[in-house]
This record gives sequence, C-alpha cells and structure tokens, in this order.
Amino acid sequence: MTRARRLSPPSAGPRRGSGPWILLVPALAVGLPLVFDSSFALTLLSQMGIFIVFALSFNMLFGQGGMLSFGHAVYSGLGAFVAVHLLNAATAAGGPWATPLSVALLPLAGGLAGACFGIVFGYPTTRRAGTPFAMITLGIGEMVHAAALMFPGFFGGEGGISTDRVVGEPWFGISFGPAIQVYYLIAGWCLLATALMFAFSLTPLGRISNAVRDNPERAEFIGYSTRRVRFLVVVASSFFAGIAGGLSAINFELVTAENVSTLQSGGVLVATVIGGSAWFLGPVLGAIVFVLFAVALSGLTQAWLFYLGLFFVTMVMYAPGGLASLVALHLRLGRQGLLAALGAPYLATLAAGLALGGAVIVAVELAYQRALASSGPGRLAILGLELDPRSGLAWLAVVIGLVVTAWVFGRTRRAFAPRWQAVQTALEAAEAAEAG
Amino acid sequence: MTAAALELAGVTKRFGRTEILGGVDLAIPVGERHALIGPNGAGKSTLFHLRSGRLPATSGRIRLLGRDITGLPPYRINRLGLARSFQITSVFPRLSVFDNIRCATLYRLGHRYSFLRRLARLDDATARAEAIVGQIGLAGRASTPAANLTYAEQRALEIGITVAGDAPVILLDEPTAGMSRAESIRAIALIRRMTEGRTLVMVEHDMSVVFELADRISVLVQGRILASGTPAQIRGDGAVRQAYLGQVAGPIRDQGPGQDREQGAEGRGP
Repeated sequence: MTRARRLSPPSAGPRRGSGPWILLVPALAVGLPLVFDSSFALTLLSQMGIFIVFALSFNMLFGQGGMLSFGHAVYSGLGAFVAVHLLNAATAAGGPWATPLSVALLPLAGGLAGACFGIVFGYPTTRRAGTPFAMITLGIGEMVHAAALMFPGFFGGEGGISTDRVVGEPWFGISFGPAIQVYYLIAGWCLLATALMFAFSLTPLGRISNAVRDNPERAEFIGYSTRRVRFLVVVASSFFAGIAGGLSAINFELVTAENVSTLQSGGVLVATVIGGSAWFLGPVLGAIVFVLFAVALSGLTQAWLFYLGLFFVTMVMYAPGGLASLVALHLRLGRQGLLAALGAPYLATLAAGLALGGAVIVAVELAYQRALASSGPGRLAILGLELDPRSGLAWLAVVIGLVVTAWVFGRTRRAFAPRWQAVQTALEAAEAAEAG
Repeated sequence: MTAAALELAGVTKRFGRTEILGGVDLAIPVGERHALIGPNGAGKSTLFHLRSGRLPATSGRIRLLGRDITGLPPYRINRLGLARSFQITSVFPRLSVFDNIRCATLYRLGHRYSFLRRLARLDDATARAEAIVGQIGLAGRASTPAANLTYAEQRALEIGITVAGDAPVILLDEPTAGMSRAESIRAIALIRRMTEGRTLVMVEHDMSVVFELADRISVLVQGRILASGTPAQIRGDGAVRQAYLGQVAGPIRDQGPGQDREQGAEGRGP
C-alpha cells in the first residue's frame, strides 16, 4: 500500500498540494464570526461563503473540465428562483412544511433544480468543447436573462421575487432570522459542498474530465465519449451552482433577473481566474477577493468595478496562474529557504507599486468626482489635501504624479527582474537536486 | 474459420476530389505483427485513421474481430478492442505519468464514468497502472506531469497508454518517428514486450524496424496495396523495389524530411 501511495501522487491537476489546507477551513468558518462580529463583517463572510461554492462549481467546468462557460449564473440563478418559490410555497402551505428545517434544506432543492437545468442545457452545449461551447453558453445566458424579463409570473419582472426566510416556529432557538444563524447555515453548506466537490475531483469521472480537458481526442481513443464526460460534469457543476443559488435566496430574501445575468456569469469567471483555476482552492481565494471588492470596496468608492477590472488585468498579465499559484510558488521558495533573498527587492517593488497604485487611485477618484460634480460638492480630500476636480492645476499635479511614480516603478521592476530570475533558477536547481 | 483481427474490404477515402485510398482490401489474422509501408503520401496514415475511427471512410467496410466498425466513433471502436497510438505524441500533458496510464485502464476495468468511488481505492486500476509504468521504464517518473518528460519518455508513455486498456488489437502510428538509433532499438524491444500475444499493426518509415518486428508487410502505393507478404517476399518483390524500396540505395532507411510534409498532408484531414 505504501508503494501505491508513492506511485499515486497528487496529479498535476487541480488538487496539487491542497491537502493540508483543508483542515484549516472548518476552524476558520466557525471562528471568523467570533473575531469579526460586526454586522458588516457577517454580511461579508456570508457572501464569501456563497461565492466560494459558486466559484468552485464554475471551476469544475473551467479548471478541471476545460470548458469555458459564460453562462454559469443560469444554473445558480434558476436554482435561486426555484428555491425562493419553494420557500414561499412552504410558508403558504404552513403546518409541517413551514419549519426552519425546510429553510435549512432549501439549498439542496436549489441544487437539484440547478442540476435539472444542467441536464436541459448541458445536452446541446456539450457536443463541442472550446470556443463553440463558450459561445453557446453565452447565448443561453442571454436567452435566460431575456426570458427573466419576459415571464414576470415566475421571475417577478424588474422587482424580482422576495421572500421571508423566517418560517414557522423556531427550533431550539434557530429561526434563521438573525444574520449569524444564516451565516452558520451558509458556512455549513459551503463546507459540505466544498468537500463534495473535492471528493469529485478524486473519482474516476473527475480525473477523466482532466484527461478530456488535456486531450479530448486521446480520451476518445481510451474508450471515453468526451461528450458524455462533459455532459456529466456540466450536470454536477450546475448542481453545486444551484446550491449557491439556494443559499443566496435565503441570504438576500430576494431573487431578481440580476441573478441569471451575464454580469454574474462574468463575475464568477473573473473571481476564478484571479484565484487560479489550476488549483482546487484557487477559486476560494478568488471568491474571497472578489467579494471584498464587490461588497467592501463598493461601500468606499463607486469606482470599485474599475479597480476590480484593473486588478484582474494586472493578474492575468503578470500572474496568469492566479493567487493560488503565487501562494504555491512562495511555499516552494520557503521550503528551499529562498524567501529571504526576495525580501529586499519585494519591499522596494512594493513601495514603488504602492506609490503608483496611489497615483492611479487619485486619478480615478478625481475623474469620478468630476463626472459626478453636478450632483455633489465634488471635492476630493487626500491626506489633508483638498483637490478640486475642475481645477487644471489639480489635474496637472495628478498627471505629474502618475508619470513620476510610473517611472520609478518601471525602474524598480527592471532592477527586480534579474533577481527574480536568479531566485527562480536557484529554486529549480534546489528542487532538481532534491529529486535526483 | 476464425475472424481476422482486422479486415478491410474495398475501403476508399476521398478528400473532396482527391482520392487518397482507391479500394484497399486487407485481412490481418489474429496474433500477427503487420507492418504497413509505402512512400510518402501513399495513404498509410489515412488508412490508420479510418481503422481507428478518427476519419470516416468514403466507402467500403472495416471489420474488427468479425464485427463491423465502419463509421463508429473512436470510443466505441476502442471498447470493441482496438487501441492506437499517434504519430505526433498524444498524451495528457497536465496529468502525471501514473494518471495518464491509470486513465487508460479505467474504462476497460469497468469503472467507466463512476463518481461514487475514489480513484485511490481502485486497487485493480492502481495495480495495472503500476505494472505498466514499470514496464515502460518510467517508474522513477511516475509523478512527473507528462508535459515535462523527454521526447523518448513521451513516446514510451504513448505506447503505455495504448496498451493499458488491454485491447487485443494495437495500431501504432510510426512509433519510432524522430528517435535516435539507440532510442529506436529500445523502443522496438518495448513494443515487442508490450504487444506480446496481441495483434499489432504499425505504420513505420524505418525499414530496419519494419523488417525486425513484422511477420508480414503490406506495401501501400498511391492508395492501393501493391504487395503483401513476409519480409523475405517483400525484399524480393521486383515491383516493390521499383515503387518504393528502390528510392533509397543500399540498406533501406527512409527518414527524410518528407515525413513532416506527409503529416501536413495526411494528418490534418478535414
């Protein structure tokens, strides 16, 4: 058996090196709301839990199955609509239906609904992979979004369908009214869904989906219908997306056409790429960052989407493997004792990067203030300095600031590059020596 | 009379108006090592693609172990007992060597599309994959992603994937293409070992490989079988000499740059 273990390494697939992290997650899920107990923190954590499930389900398609979907919100959104209708029906039915247990099990109903739509839409879409698959999912996403506004009976039109998650009498004090109870419900489902999706990646179908991603033609010549594999993965993925939808119905007590929109589908793609699609836990990191942008940063500035886009582009250009690959690289560096060599260059680059980032933020905020000047006082206070967005002098200062910081950053980066290369070479040499 | 391992009857293939194969008849008995040779552009690779289901035939029938497989998709043909390798290495680059082989065993062992059992618990697949990884000499590289292997290692992995499913009929498309002499010799030994007791059909340019491995050789020229016989018969056949072997003087070893051109013309059909 020891021999089997040595020969059955974590494959170069999505689950590389993610094993020990798994144990940290439940502890974090229970402990976090005890440390961050403000209502805002709870909102943030709840939404992260939902988005983690959503992003992981997306990555079953994208990272593990090689299927780029632009319509994944169809499954979470339709799951959410079915869940919200079921919850309202349970409330109306009363009696044994209207209990907190119904609410607790609602995400499962959302998941089953998602899987049903996965069967319906997955059948025609999985005939082809690659660009045709991506285009068809985009089309289905648009169709469902349009349908959401065409059939107000089911989708509730512009206003959506609202609900009340407090149903019947509380059980042992649990009514799912307070946000903290909803958080623990979400956390529980998030852990369960994450564990199940991780388990899926270790099954024959999970590994064959990696094989189909890598080389569909070869997969056919070892006996697998690639279409069947893709179809099964789409159904499994839409099941978990539906769970995320059910959770969001409970959390927000409102489901609108927005839930099935391309914006939502694009968001999960952005989050997954930021986190790193080649790693099982990459989408978890991506979901956390995405929710920080969408919920925390959006409270501070209207330009949050601009910053998210900027961050996304920067990641794709300079760290295409996502946050998870950066984490993994630094863990490898740490193991070989090479992290210290990067300390000083990192500090210099970080300082220069922060200066450039600061200049960009001032420019963006000033531009937003200028655009909004008609509706407000339109002044920007930075470090005790007040900038008037309509003053040419302020803009001149901003441009000079941008140019100077960009120049400094460019120089730092050029100085950093050879040292980075040297450390990479040292890492490869150290690991090769270890292996051989 | 037992059915032939592979039987072709009047097989033709046209790409548009270009006729690649003009009526090929060929029967390969069970257990034979059969080599298909011919000058560049003769249609060898196309014939391979028809037999493995990669391309559909324009007309004619193909039988595998007595069952008609004409027009079936590759995965069905594979399940009926035919596995093939590719001229251009075709492995799963991001999977480990071990997983490459294990994936190739799963369907045949009955695990199919299962998502209720853990891979690591499938002792039959683990044992078979371990055995094959050892046989192809990659035990020390079992956890390496296939993309990081050397060329010769990838070719060995390619053969490992092809035989892992335990198919009785094996097609190898230029298994020694691009290899050095020493690597070729090792590859021949590997092929001999791994295809023991199976029917082997191979396309090969390297004549030394062909004459060493094959029980019978068929010569394909301009889309037709020109001759079929034992290595000695083929060596002595005047028409063959003129059509093909005569192109290269002395001990025949055709590994010119023409190979790449042929791949361009035949490998990427519509």
